[in-house]
Amino acid sequence: MADFLQTLIIAITLGSLYALIALGYTMVYGVLKLINFAHSDVVVLGAWLSMTVAVFLLPRIGVTGATWWAGGLVLILAMLLCGAIGFAIERLAYKPIRGAPRLNALITAIGVSLFLQNFGQLQFTLIPNERVVASGALQERGQDPRTIRLAETVSIESEQKYAVRLFKNSAPEGATPQTRNIVAAAGTYEAGRDIAIDGGVGRADTRDARYEIVRIAAGAPLKLPFGAMPAGMPVLFNDRPVWEHVFVSETEHGRLEKPVRITLLDLTIVGTAVALLVGLQILVFNTRVGTAMRAVSYNMETAALMGIPVDRIVSMTFVLGAALAAAAGFLFAVKYTQIQQPAHATWVLLGLKAFVAAVVGGIGNIRGATLGGFLIAFIEQFGAYAGLQVGWANASAYTDVFVFVLLIVVLLVKPTGIFGTTVREKV
Amino acid sequence: MRKFFGALAIGLAAFALPASALAQDILVGHYGSLTGSEATFGQSTSNGIKLAISEINGAGGINGKMVKLVEYDTKGDAREAGAVVTRLVTADKVSIVLGEVASSLSLAGAPVCQSNQVPMISPSSTNPRVTLVGDYIFRVCFIDEFQGYVAAKFATESKKAKRIAILQDQASAYSVGLADFFQKYLQQFGGDVTTRQSYNAGDQDFTARLTAIRGTNPDMIYVPGYYTDVANIAIQARKLGINVPLLGGDGWDSAKLTEIGGKSIEGSFFSNHAAPDEPAMVDFSAKYRDEYGADPDALAALGYDAAMVAFDAIKRAKSHTGPAIRDALKETKLQGVTGMIAFDGDRNTTKDAVMVEVKDGKLVMAERIKPSN
Repeated sequence: MADFLQTLIIAITLGSLYALIALGYTMVYGVLKLINFAHSDVVVLGAWLSMTVAVFLLPRIGVTGATWWAGGLVLILAMLLCGAIGFAIERLAYKPIRGAPRLNALITAIGVSLFLQNFGQLQFTLIPNERVVASGALQERGQDPRTIRLAETVSIESEQKYAVRLFKNSAPEGATPQTRNIVAAAGTYEAGRDIAIDGGVGRADTRDARYEIVRIAAGAPLKLPFGAMPAGMPVLFNDRPVWEHVFVSETEHGRLEKPVRITLLDLTIVGTAVALLVGLQILVFNTRVGTAMRAVSYNMETAALMGIPVDRIVSMTFVLGAALAAAAGFLFAVKYTQIQQPAHATWVLLGLKAFVAAVVGGIGNIRGATLGGFLIAFIEQFGAYAGLQVGWANASAYTDVFVFVLLIVVLLVKPTGIFGTTVREKV
Repeated sequence: MRKFFGALAIGLAAFALPASALAQDILVGHYGSLTGSEATFGQSTSNGIKLAISEINGAGGINGKMVKLVEYDTKGDAREAGAVVTRLVTADKVSIVLGEVASSLSLAGAPVCQSNQVPMISPSSTNPRVTLVGDYIFRVCFIDEFQGYVAAKFATESKKAKRIAILQDQASAYSVGLADFFQKYLQQFGGDVTTRQSYNAGDQDFTARLTAIRGTNPDMIYVPGYYTDVANIAIQARKLGINVPLLGGDGWDSAKLTEIGGKSIEGSFFSNHAAPDEPAMVDFSAKYRDEYGADPDALAALGYDAAMVAFDAIKRAKSHTGPAIRDALKETKLQGVTGMIAFDGDRNTTKDAVMVEVKDGKLVMAERIKPSN
């Protein structure tokens, strides 16, 4: 019973994440007949931008630790940022080739995906808090290893903080420089003089590096914390169980406690996802913009002739899809705390499963994508659960197999997906 | 189209021009994951190698010649590893190749070195198959069999844990190999594997596997994976109410483990090449901090040892050809940071291992374990 409930909880949470991502695939496909391979990379951006906002913005506006609205603020900012990125992607990459054969757009989508994966591994400083006051090649250190010889005159003010950054010429792009503090007394130091630093300079560096002396202002620099390493998401919620039951059983190897918890976080994830799904449903089926979207999806030329601003509607679709992807990225980061680096297989697999969800539900169909998302999550989680119940101990290693077998079955039985309709192509 | 490929070939040839070097320099090649998801491995190793090079050049080089490093990034990708090693041995014509950390990448680079008769020393690839590629392939670390033995011995004898579950990365030669050896020795020590679960690189949700493990009520869980997954696994295990210690191998060794794992990883153990609080490591740390302003991990120490073994062999070799350096390598007897280094018939090193404990967010030595024979 404990395992069943546990599996149910995880399937619902994961399902809502898959559904959110699948919607982005399906919306863009519905309108442009384009499989937007860069979509899963927008999810990655959503996760990493959420972390950026949480780490750098929240402390600046005086939010420390978990407050009830911090998560919401981060979510909204991440959605806005990713929406803008989605807009830019459509304008810069897809719009110029809208008239071209569909294969061109598909290859462009792969290109955008690779670009985002690699771009995401770079580190940027948006607002530096330091100013370079002197620099030069680090050819030698002074008499004392804890000094460096200056190549240009520098004046040290007593009330300011200074640091020396050592950059290795052979270091890969984006590597973090080594930092030493200046411990010299205030005053003006001419070129050629030695200046005292703490910690010393290694011999390896003196042949192959340059230095910069920087004056550091108060406060931390605003940096995008992207990069090639995994990172931890800060705690945004005071997570606590809203329902908890401990199943206790006596086994031959002693007492076994199986706690089952529904936590505030689980509810938040499912609640946010459902709210967004319902919101999208209303937007698409009950508003003028939604009607226009459906019209463009049905026939772009005719829609344009009817006076619908096709470009704007297509942009809007991308913005919405990207914002949903950002929400999924945010929820994913909050749930798992460890965010893998942007090119990691985790993201590829996540995007692939969401794509399968969209196809299973019937690509281009919004309800289909939602259903597909939950279906995928239930198949993978309950596949492992059922396997274990019938004595297949290693069933959990096959969760991905269950998902892709489902895809094959759907493609064989109903190639257009559960809610899909057959479209006759004129030849 | 043919024109296009022609242009591409010329473009590639331009990239492949050898790094400019003075004829009297000794070129040492290094290939490692400087970027990618296991980037800390490559960067630490690289730092260790550079420290060794600056030391040897500071002391006048090898027989009066300066050592120069040629280094390429594998991005954690086996295809990339094969390509850059080919570049090191055919275009740059290095005397000796150092690398990789990950066994699967060393296995991509080793055949290239072997067929070109350039010796290769892996600093920290622990899979047994690596040196079996051929007689030019050496390593300065212990192999997985020993690591599995150490973890099993520690768990059963020091921690009195008999029933242990295994959670392995089934796509990683390192992880599966380690799990196999651990299981073998655990059974020899009278323990039992309660269940053996697998995941794939790229899995983010481990609930289904951990639920299956929880049902078997183990005393410990052996997770022979990389730090990038382990922190995540620990966090999810604690959420499921699994409070037994996790046990692992040297793939855990990274500052990111405790940074991301936090409280969830406290009280867990892993086998490693050296612990940060050992005397030899403390001396090495002081040197390393002076150079880089940060604390080294075991991979940095192994990179340093691999480079020192290479220099020692080049110094003793009759000539600077591959076969001569290989012959000198076989006679190696050198006290390194991570222990006494001498090669056996399979070009492996027999050294002690340490069990490291995560305690108050720090890595401390729990026990030193000697080879059984």
